[in-house]
Amino acid sequence: MIEVRDIQKKFGDTTVLKGITTSFRQGVTSLIIGESGAGKTVFLKSLVGLHGIDQGEIFYDDRQLGKMNEDEQKALRTEMGMVFQGNALFDSLNIEENVIFALNMFSEMSAAEKKERADFCLERVNLKGVNNRKPAELSGGMKKRVAIARAIALNPKYLFCDEPNSGLDPRTAILIDNLLQEITHEFNITTVINTHDMNSVVEIGEHIIFIKDGAKAWEGGGDEILHTDNKAVTEFVFSSELFRKIREKS
Amino acid sequence: MFLITWIRTLGRYWLMLSRTFRKPENWNEYKKAFFRDLDHLGVDSLGIVAVISIFVGAVVTIQTNYNLQDPLIPDYYVALAVRESIILEFSPTIVSLILAGKVGSNIASTLGSMRVSEQIDALEVMGVNPHAYLIMPKVVALVLFNPILIIISMFLGVIGGYLAAYFGIFSTQDFITGLQLEFNAYYVSYALIKTVVFAFLITSISAFYGFFVKGGAIEVGVNATKAVVSSSVAIIVANYVLTQILLV
Repeated sequence: MIEVRDIQKKFGDTTVLKGITTSFRQGVTSLIIGESGAGKTVFLKSLVGLHGIDQGEIFYDDRQLGKMNEDEQKALRTEMGMVFQGNALFDSLNIEENVIFALNMFSEMSAAEKKERADFCLERVNLKGVNNRKPAELSGGMKKRVAIARAIALNPKYLFCDEPNSGLDPRTAILIDNLLQEITHEFNITTVINTHDMNSVVEIGEHIIFIKDGAKAWEGGGDEILHTDNKAVTEFVFSSELFRKIREKS
Repeated sequence: MFLITWIRTLGRYWLMLSRTFRKPENWNEYKKAFFRDLDHLGVDSLGIVAVISIFVGAVVTIQTNYNLQDPLIPDYYVALAVRESIILEFSPTIVSLILAGKVGSNIASTLGSMRVSEQIDALEVMGVNPHAYLIMPKVVALVLFNPILIIISMFLGVIGGYLAAYFGIFSTQDFITGLQLEFNAYYVSYALIKTVVFAFLITSISAFYGFFVKGGAIEVGVNATKAVVSSSVAIIVANYVLTQILLV
């Protein structure tokens, strides 16, 4: 479980996160939604410690991120997996080397065990026979799946995804969404996903936080969001004709 | 204002260095990165260094011979002057300046691209110290390999001079006599000390400009240029300081 208490983040004079308090449960897919520029990525990067926060506290199963020393933070990070918006695969390494990168750094596994783990992770994201290819040789959807395989290679307790289906066609986007939810349930991971894709909200949203102008404007379950009266949420969620029709029918 | 910006930049550079030279998470992985960088940044530079050294050696010989055309100065003094020029200045300094362009831009643009594509963030989230993993192997590889490169450059520079003599300027026997005349081995040590310092400056300054890129492709290009300019200026200044300390 991840607990966030009243976090605030400033860049110069601009306050980007304004006192957000929430928690993310284990085995649940939590979605952070909001317009572009609302502060979702800053929030996610603050959660993993890539951005220091100016105020508030973040707890990982009762371990406070801000009070950890460098070694404790490193240890915590081996429990994290992250899928970046642009995948962030290492160009100079092939797919298998990308997937086992963290294993090479931190595990005592033999080469055969690492290869087995890489094959398992790649199969889990429905990728086979790409072990020796370079990231540049793969399509956007395949790269995203490799990024997910890399993120789960070390059996993370916490999985973070920044816009995992941005730039993908709707069918591949849904496949990625479903894959993330399956992995969350299968391995009982605390998963936090940043998205502005309403398909993802409907498809996999179990716990949703809506951020507007850096502040939490709404929080609830996947079913609740379709019936909420919160004006900011409805303006965002039902901005398209399709979702207005879905709401009317439901 | 300029002074404050400069001091702030220097502070950030030192902070980067303090995070770079830390205990590796896994020696084997750092060893792999070291050999990859050694090949990519060091061995791959052999070709350009060889070509430049041979031709500059030849040109220095022709120019020195042209300037020392005096019946009172024996021909072998040309070889002596060429030898000293190559060992003291051309190989350690000029070749390092050339490497600042080739290797420096490579390091800055590679790290810059990794920064803008979030690969550096990915390393950090994994619990890997990106400063140490990405910068330390490059610095160590070049600090160890550049002296070898410079020794090869000195040798090829002299060969270039010999070839210029051979192709009609004066007797090769005079050239060989001049090469052996009043040889001071300390000059080679001085050149190698300079080379090690220059290699450190090239890698660390270029890494600094690449590692902290903010923005996109344009900023990567801008920072790669800054890396080459700054490391070249640093080499020129360090050259003066080291010469003052080691030779005066």
